[in-house]
Amino acid sequence: MVTFVLNGLEISVEKGTTILEAARFYGIGIPTLCYNEALSPYGACRLCLVEIGVPPRSRLVTSCTYEATEGLVVRTHSERVVKTRQMLIEMYLATCPSSKVIQDLASKHHVTRVRFRQKQEECILCGLCVRMCEEQMQAGAIGYTGRGDSRRISTFFDKKSEDCRFCGGCQYICPACQARCQGPQEKEAVCNACLNLAPPCLEHFDHVMCYMDPCVACEEKSGREPRKTCCK
Amino acid sequence: MARKQPAKGPFNLDLSLERNKGALIAILYDIQEHYRYLPEDVLKELAQKIGKPLIEIYRVATFYKLFSLKQRGRHQLKVCTGTACHVRGSERLVEEISKSLCVCRGETSADGEYSLDTVNCLGACALGPLVEVDGEYHGNTTPQSLKTILEKLKSGENKE
Ligand code: FES
Ligand code: FES
Repeated sequence: MVTFVLNGLEISVEKGTTILEAARFYGIGIPTLCYNEALSPYGACRLCLVEIGVPPRSRLVTSCTYEATEGLVVRTHSERVVKTRQMLIEMYLATCPSSKVIQDLASKHHVTRVRFRQKQEECILCGLCVRMCEEQMQAGAIGYTGRGDSRRISTFFDKKSEDCRFCGGCQYICPACQARCQGPQEKEAVCNACLNLAPPCLEHFDHVMCYMDPCVACEEKSGREPRKTCCK
Repeated sequence: MARKQPAKGPFNLDLSLERNKGALIAILYDIQEHYRYLPEDVLKELAQKIGKPLIEIYRVATFYKLFSLKQRGRHQLKVCTGTACHVRGSERLVEEISKSLCVCRGETSADGEYSLDTVNCLGACALGPLVEVDGEYHGNTTPQSLKTILEKLKSGENKE
């Protein structure tokens, strides 16, 4: 067991637990993009950054790959972390605005503008598909080729792979393949449409009534009038 | 280089595997030395023998600039276009070689004799601009001295 401090809270976890796993276990949400429980952590997207140590000697590390050590001081939502995270999301928006996963992240973390040159990339090199293919499907049909800015995902000699069984696992897990909602601002780099949607239940209840994510506006769907609480 | 394969005869993959204890890059290096590039069928055979997915080998082969997947020429010319050599006019040397040997940069001439590459810093900036011909460095190259180098290369090839 190792004991460390997570957001001011002293907690103990099994040795070898990553900060991300520990935080999730204690219900602290850290956004991730290239992490999947079923796959080995990879540390490519950097979205899961947390601040370790005490400022001014603190530093940012990726929580999905960093194992908790005895006496570590971790802050998952310090100003520095939040700002860096927003910057990262902004850069992802500039790279691949057509992805729903990235658009959702932007809305969730209040990223409302993109100050970088807009690109329309189809891949963000998160490596999820590569790990899926190798670790879960035991195929090893796809992988990285090249390096630097010519790095991409491909097959052996860019030919149809003999190892591929067409399981579709790579497409299933790809965050860039999920097309964004076709809202009114379809052409814009950042959609943010869900930022304007207040959950309908909020007019009638003081508290969030369900923890569905995203809000399915349940009352509206079923065609029922929202139930009014008696005191109102 | 100590670990030269005999250039003649078929490539002995098993020997290379044994000598390099299955270290991928060293084996690829041997293959490249023998064929002057990495042929697809040899890579397939290698993958089978070391029990790694094909893509793993392809990944390594495409990562390093040293490895080539296309046939390279018998003589390899490298012109340094790193910062120091660039400001001393290495660009002109590249053009000169291209014209004189009929070879585009990054490619091999049609007769399979020469291939020309540009590299970023060969690590001898004080000697720039630097041209490497078959592993031999030629420092302070000017278009004039380049001419003699190329002439020598061409005549040497005729003698063989
Ligand atoms: S989730 Fe940790 S770097 Fe991507
Ligand atoms: S720049 Fe040419 S050797 Fe360094």
